[in-house]
Amino acid sequence: MKIVELSVWDLGLAAALVLALAVATMLGRFGVGRSLIVAAARMTIQLSLIGLVLRVLFDHPELLWVGLMSLVMLLVAAREVVSRQNRRLRGWWSFWIGAGSMFLSSFVLAIFALAVVVQSDPWYDPRYAIPILGMLLGNTMNAIALSLDRLTESAWDQREVIEQRLMLGQDRREAMTRIVRGAVRGAFIPVINAMAVAGIVSLPGMMTGQILAGNSPTDAVKYQILIFFLIAAGGGFGMLLAVWLGRGRLFDSRERLRLDRLRESRD
Amino acid sequence: MPEGLSLTGLSFLDWEPVSFEIGESECVGITGASGSGKTLLLRAIADLDVNHGEVRLGDVGRDSVSAPFWRSMVGMLPAESKWWEERVGAHFGKENASTRERLEAFGFGYDVMDWEVRRLSVGERQRLGLVRLLGLEPRALLLDEPTANLDVRNTGIVEEIVEAYRKRKGAAVLWVSHNEEQLGRVARRVLVMDGKELKAVA
Repeated sequence: MKIVELSVWDLGLAAALVLALAVATMLGRFGVGRSLIVAAARMTIQLSLIGLVLRVLFDHPELLWVGLMSLVMLLVAAREVVSRQNRRLRGWWSFWIGAGSMFLSSFVLAIFALAVVVQSDPWYDPRYAIPILGMLLGNTMNAIALSLDRLTESAWDQREVIEQRLMLGQDRREAMTRIVRGAVRGAFIPVINAMAVAGIVSLPGMMTGQILAGNSPTDAVKYQILIFFLIAAGGGFGMLLAVWLGRGRLFDSRERLRLDRLRESRD
Repeated sequence: MPEGLSLTGLSFLDWEPVSFEIGESECVGITGASGSGKTLLLRAIADLDVNHGEVRLGDVGRDSVSAPFWRSMVGMLPAESKWWEERVGAHFGKENASTRERLEAFGFGYDVMDWEVRRLSVGERQRLGLVRLLGLEPRALLLDEPTANLDVRNTGIVEEIVEAYRKRKGAAVLWVSHNEEQLGRVARRVLVMDGKELKAVA
């Protein structure tokens, strides 16, 4: 099956819509016009470049290059986790907690999916490996960024309650029960919502892409189901790990609440 | 002095190291201007802030037990008791006779356990905070302005309840207050926090 080719003009037309939106928000003084344009420009440049990179990578499907690409993806995702924290942990803690949790969940699950479920040959075939890892990393990154932000922000707001509970002899786990629960629940909502309405309200991006590219809808659906299971599991486990590590960092060995380990608020 | 509280070279931030002892069943008062570090001292004893030095309760050294266990032994009552569940009762353990007695002394029925926390007045929170703490039977008490929001009658009741607890339990009590008259009533000795140093009152 042949796909309808998109010309530069087609993309320009769509870009004009975003420009119009940016102008409208600037007139309304919502203060997002600039970041909207920057984000749109970033997206265009990044995706164009990745198109080239992927073409080279598909021509040289070697483990070394796939691994290197994955590492870059991981580090960028970890940086993104950090930049979305209002009160991040001092030092490199937010970065390494993010990177470590994403590595343990996304990488392990991606390898599992490739080697055991999809059984691509070789298992690191970049045509499968990069999109699957990308989906996993993107979703896990969101879950971790949300949950860590919520964790540190609530700990800051509720320091007196936490310390009251410590004074009554509770350990850090008990004293943080509600806050941890809130952080975990909040970060699960997007993926639960996405799964709940998948196929009815929304056609997920990967599936849409495959259908547009001419694959049969039933094959696209199977891949999409696989992806949903993977991102639910990967995002969930990664986020639980990150929250656990983050909570650990908020207390010291004598179980004192150490909010001095958080940076000042950005706003 | 098997159950006394002893501090040796306890230091926090840039305050002068603090050393003193409170005997079993003794109450020591601490006064000083606001911002002088009275609360910081209590927090250091309860190991809530980074601090150095030795603190012992009877023959138990602070660092020889877990921090939560230590805090449950030295029972600190903050100036404002905090509540996190919706109803009062969720913050209390099983029903017991001494909690019931203390509630009655304050004029609460046991139905207070069903009350919503958000409807409590500041004074009610303070009184219930004391009852909650004593229900855990700590072996010492660190009280931070325990009657700051109370009228004369309830202030008297708090003083009686703490005295009864101190005598029955042999508990060492450290009572922080800016009200020196009150400290004269409840404490045998009064120390004053002044210029980042804890001094005996002349």
